[in-house]
Amino acid sequence: MAVSPAPQPKLNYAAWPDEAGHFGPYGGKFVPETLMPALDELEEVYLKAKSDKEFQAELSFLLRTFVGRPTPITYARRLTEHFGGPRIYIKREDLAHTGAHKINNALGQALLMKRKMAKTRIVAETGAGQHGVATATAAAMLGIECVVYMGTVDMARQEPNVYRMRLLGTEVRGVESGSKTLKDAINDAIRDWVTNVRTTHYLLGSALGPHPYPAMVRDFQSVIGREAIRQMLDPVDGPGRLPDAIVACVGGGSNAIGIFHPFLEYESVRLIGVEAGGRGIEGGEHAARFADPKLGRLGVLQGTKSYVMQDADGQIALTHSISAGLDYASVGPEHAWLRDQGRTEYTYATDEAALEGVKLLSRMEGIIPALESAHAIAHLVELAPQMGKDEVILVNLSGRGDKDLGTIMKELGNL
Amino acid sequence: MTGVERIQAVFARARAEQRAVFMPYQAMGYPDRAATLEIIRTLGDTGAELFEIGIPHSDPLADGPTIQTATYTALTQGTTVADCLAMTRELRAAGMTQPFCAMTYYNPLFAYGVQRFVADAVASGIDGLIVPDLPPEESEELEAACRAAGLATIYLLAPTSTEARIRFVAGHCTGFIYLVSVTGITGARTELPPDLAAFIARVRKHTDLPLAVGFGIGDGAQAAAVAQIAEGVIVGSALVKAATGEGGLARVAALGAELAAGVKRAR
Ligand SMILES: Cc1ncc(COP(=O)(O)O)c(C=O)c1O
Repeated sequence: MAVSPAPQPKLNYAAWPDEAGHFGPYGGKFVPETLMPALDELEEVYLKAKSDKEFQAELSFLLRTFVGRPTPITYARRLTEHFGGPRIYIKREDLAHTGAHKINNALGQALLMKRKMAKTRIVAETGAGQHGVATATAAAMLGIECVVYMGTVDMARQEPNVYRMRLLGTEVRGVESGSKTLKDAINDAIRDWVTNVRTTHYLLGSALGPHPYPAMVRDFQSVIGREAIRQMLDPVDGPGRLPDAIVACVGGGSNAIGIFHPFLEYESVRLIGVEAGGRGIEGGEHAARFADPKLGRLGVLQGTKSYVMQDADGQIALTHSISAGLDYASVGPEHAWLRDQGRTEYTYATDEAALEGVKLLSRMEGIIPALESAHAIAHLVELAPQMGKDEVILVNLSGRGDKDLGTIMKELGNL
Repeated sequence: MTGVERIQAVFARARAEQRAVFMPYQAMGYPDRAATLEIIRTLGDTGAELFEIGIPHSDPLADGPTIQTATYTALTQGTTVADCLAMTRELRAAGMTQPFCAMTYYNPLFAYGVQRFVADAVASGIDGLIVPDLPPEESEELEAACRAAGLATIYLLAPTSTEARIRFVAGHCTGFIYLVSVTGITGARTELPPDLAAFIARVRKHTDLPLAVGFGIGDGAQAAAVAQIAEGVIVGSALVKAATGEGGLARVAALGAELAAGVKRAR
């Protein structure tokens, strides 16, 4: 495959969102008035920082020396042989400090606040706890006061991460409202932000929420895709060519958009997002927003317009996934838009398939994946047999599985 | 008369009588359907001149614990958007004449269908709309539909709003402007914010519309203080709290009378 220069893309994807934060019919700013001035300020600060050499230099210094970037790509030799088809490479976000891609964005936003805004306090939400730990870590390193909201159901299933955050000096506040999971944690984080907006930055953890968050989080996560292009083209460590397909799990969509975005202009690279299929689509107990037209429809949740799982009356549906990080009723607006353009595709993996994915990667490659990332691995079972031996797949392994051992032990039992 | 005109008439009458307007919020379906209707009728009898008809949403991110719990309870009891409109229709049929402003988050309204919601709202006696998570920037379709139907579009301004935003938002409001008294969420508070008068003065420079203040007002004294500097006094959480539990209606009636007296005493 020819790799450079990039073939003329159909659309200049990098030019989106538009000035009002819209990706076509998606995105925007659906928040109480109290927050509108803060969003305007954040947009201004973030756009300036994008082209601020000093800021970018400090961020890449910290990504190298604190986070441990670049994360490598690993050739999954045994997994490749197991399927007997395309060569499979893994982008190792599990090797980033704190064990997931979330640190890329957490550090970026925390540094932005510290250097460019007159604010002294951070609030964040967390589902799996990975974003909370990443934020607590960045806050500790930069010396910033930090409060993390977490649903009490998630606190129970991600206990080690709750302790980690507290150890890092962050205050973890349990959220008892609604389903007591990620969505409810975001509600309370936003309520805190509304109340303390003059001193507090909301460090949102996925490519969600009101503009400029989806674009800003994407930009901080795009380091994944930029590294991956270079690494794939390397003939020693990589295959010396771009992949034919990239697979990533999609909760809010930040690890997926982070690896997809730099590849958008290479139209021959298929970009495949994997949502949480939970207990299967039929029963409605899942978080596959694109896969279930009965529940997943255009709507507005927590500041942005996108696909939202909801009932006929516009009340947000309760979602289910074995992985706390994918257990969310909406999906980043840019994903919805790219899907409309036919540039990205979405599928899902069930809880059961994800657990099989955990076992498969652990035993074949010596890598224990996060339950979220295991959804991407699970999709290989379907995808690899459809592809030829001369083709290449790149999987984004968004995080490591240590945080999930409790759940995995309960589900898989004695081995 | 259109909804906008009915709302204007209420403020015009109050201005002529040199007093402010008492505007309670009711979480529809809470504590239950029958009690909702009784509360609104009772408050109407004790001096409420405009109602905020709270249509419940599963994710009320501008609301504090009191209204969160009330609207969540209403939802678990099966309250739907259509139901809320049916309730206002019943109140109109029973002879209530005070303007009703529907207050809900955008998604229930969007799911119902913007055009269909506006048409059904008008047919159900609704006079204006307040959608706290819908700034004018995102409201083009809804605003056009409301203009055509004579419904008032009431946006919120907050103490954090800049001069430029005050001008912009005020330009999209009809009927009145909703001023959020505090940088924060709904919920009764023990004291009014010290910078409220300055905030109101800042808004007044840019508009002739009546200004109604809400968030945090809980008793007659606070209502009276606000009524001295604003045209409308909105009370939500304190009334919802009063309605909760045994003897709720009597408590609502007493608090409603206290608030109405406070508002009228002011000038
Ligand atoms: C390891 C891991 N992967 C993926 C996700 C899902 O988030 P996103 O879709 O934003 O990458 C999470 C969220 O907590 C996570 O912890």
